[in-house]
Amino acid sequence: MPKPMLEAKNLTMKFGNLTASNNVSFSVDKGEIVSLIGPNGAGKTTIFNCISGFYKPFSGRVYFEGKDITGLSPYKITSMGLTRTFQIVKPLKEMTVKENILTGAFLRASSRSEAEKIADEILKITHLSEKKDVLAGSLTTADKKRLEIARVLATKPKMIMLDEAMAGLNQTETKEAMELCLNLNKQHGITLLIVEHVMEAIMPISNRVIVLNAGEKIAEGSPEEIVNNEEVIKAYLGERYHAKSKQTNRRV
Amino acid sequence: MKNRALYLIFAAVLVLPFAITNVNFQHVMIMFLIFASLGESWNIITGFAGQTSFGHAAFFGIGAYTSTVLFYKFGVSPWVGMLLGAGIAAVVSVIVSYPCFRLRGHYFAIATLAVAEIIKQLFVSWDYVEGATGISIPVVEDSFIAMQFHGSKIPYFLIGFALFFLIVMVARSIEKSKMGFYLKAIRESHEAAEALGINPRKYKLLAMMISSALTALLGTLYAQYILYIDPFMVFSLEISMKIVLLSVLGGLGNIYGPIIGAAILIPLSEYTRVFLGGTGKGIDLMIYGALIVLIACFEPHGIIGLLKKRGKKRGALYAKTNA
Ligand SMILES: Nc1ncnc2c1ncn2[C@@H]1O[C@H](COP(=O)(O)OP(=O)(O)OP(=O)(O)O)[C@@H](O)[C@H]1O
Ligand SMILES: [Mg+2]
Repeated sequence: MPKPMLEAKNLTMKFGNLTASNNVSFSVDKGEIVSLIGPNGAGKTTIFNCISGFYKPFSGRVYFEGKDITGLSPYKITSMGLTRTFQIVKPLKEMTVKENILTGAFLRASSRSEAEKIADEILKITHLSEKKDVLAGSLTTADKKRLEIARVLATKPKMIMLDEAMAGLNQTETKEAMELCLNLNKQHGITLLIVEHVMEAIMPISNRVIVLNAGEKIAEGSPEEIVNNEEVIKAYLGERYHAKSKQTNRRV
Repeated sequence: MKNRALYLIFAAVLVLPFAITNVNFQHVMIMFLIFASLGESWNIITGFAGQTSFGHAAFFGIGAYTSTVLFYKFGVSPWVGMLLGAGIAAVVSVIVSYPCFRLRGHYFAIATLAVAEIIKQLFVSWDYVEGATGISIPVVEDSFIAMQFHGSKIPYFLIGFALFFLIVMVARSIEKSKMGFYLKAIRESHEAAEALGINPRKYKLLAMMISSALTALLGTLYAQYILYIDPFMVFSLEISMKIVLLSVLGGLGNIYGPIIGAAILIPLSEYTRVFLGGTGKGIDLMIYGALIVLIACFEPHGIIGLLKKRGKKRGALYAKTNA
């Protein structure tokens, strides 16, 4: 069996006496789209921080392509080909859209002109070409989220962890974001681990779904399995999704 | 603004003291070159990388003292001292900022201020370098090797211009290269930078080394020009503040900023000194202060920000008339 691309083993993270992640294990295979879901405060972002090197986990290990990356600096992990976006977007405000992307591109480019080439390509893929000279700080939320993805794409990652890249987007924007994810995965072969609250958007594109609740992994399976899992429904999908599916049924 | 603006500035600066041969004016031009260059050097760590230094006089003073002590004690050419001073300043900057870079934002700024004061006190109580008395540089005949010219200010001006040219070009090539992008990314968001594969500590240290080495070069020129130094002069808070104020006034993080700022503030300083003598001391800083308050309230990007805005408006107007 080939090694998984990313493997989290018994990750535990504590803040004082709050256990934000408790013994969480999962793996992501090359080429997959895996979603990590769970109610607010479930510990999704904390897991991302532990994997990407922003936090040192209290215990447990992280492997990327078989190499132990636990506790490495974020920049080292990025240069190995694993990077992430931020739930609270962090645009390089006083730099233009293109400069934001160029900054990422310099990781693999050996010259300015090579970086420019990478950046132009990514502007196209992410449909940001028209806004390339706009200051990142003055973009709309949707475009900031898109830039967040574009910028890490420029580092030519093998795998990206997206933290709520669709939160706060309207329907069309969400659909565009979905298509972008699929495109990255199918056309560019990038493995994706996605944290998302917008179920309608990620269920259709995910190969697998992992559910966290109160710091613990409570379920893992195909989107269908998860939607029908009693515990998940109780913990997370709760009234809202339930009511919605009933509503749809009634309409049918 | 493209390269043409920059070359125009270089040309204008170079021609001025030959066109206006008044000695006072030539003096102002030399001080302008020194402070514009100091602002450019400081801009690398503070404007680009966003790490506010209130202590750059420390590196200026190290440059001044290194060449002066070497010449005074051992007769070493100030040119050699200048390069050594830059090296020492770079090393000191690393020692000082390595621990300080753990501090974020205001704490870093305050730490630089404190460290600069400590270094000043060290020189005040250091007998080998004549402590608080300072050092009068032994006067020798006009000589390039000894960097002393008594007949005319033009040679000092030309050396100042060469340094100014060098430093602006260094700042510009940093800005256009990977390093410039990385420094600005660190300034905008430490975390985003790390997620892009940037090692913030490495780039901040590199920027600090370059910035302080360049700053030290000017210390040597200043010492050779004035032919006397003491710790209160070259390590003064006033110098640190002038560097900050003129760069902020002109526009932070932009290579034109310190040039514009120095072009306004240095003549102001020098002429108030000439016209008001001792009583004028501090008036220039008061006017700086007032200007900075105005700028901070209305245009945080400095004068260059104002110019850019006007440029944009005019552009918009054109777009309208063309449509
Ligand atoms: N740096 C921190 N210091 C202290 N507590 C933290 C820190 N980061 C997260 N927490 C706590 O850990 C828990 C998990 O937070 P986390 O941000 O990982 O949740 P999440 O699943 O991403 O939630 P959301 O859907 O709201 O983004 C929360 O109770 C949060 O308050
Ligand atoms: Mg979160």
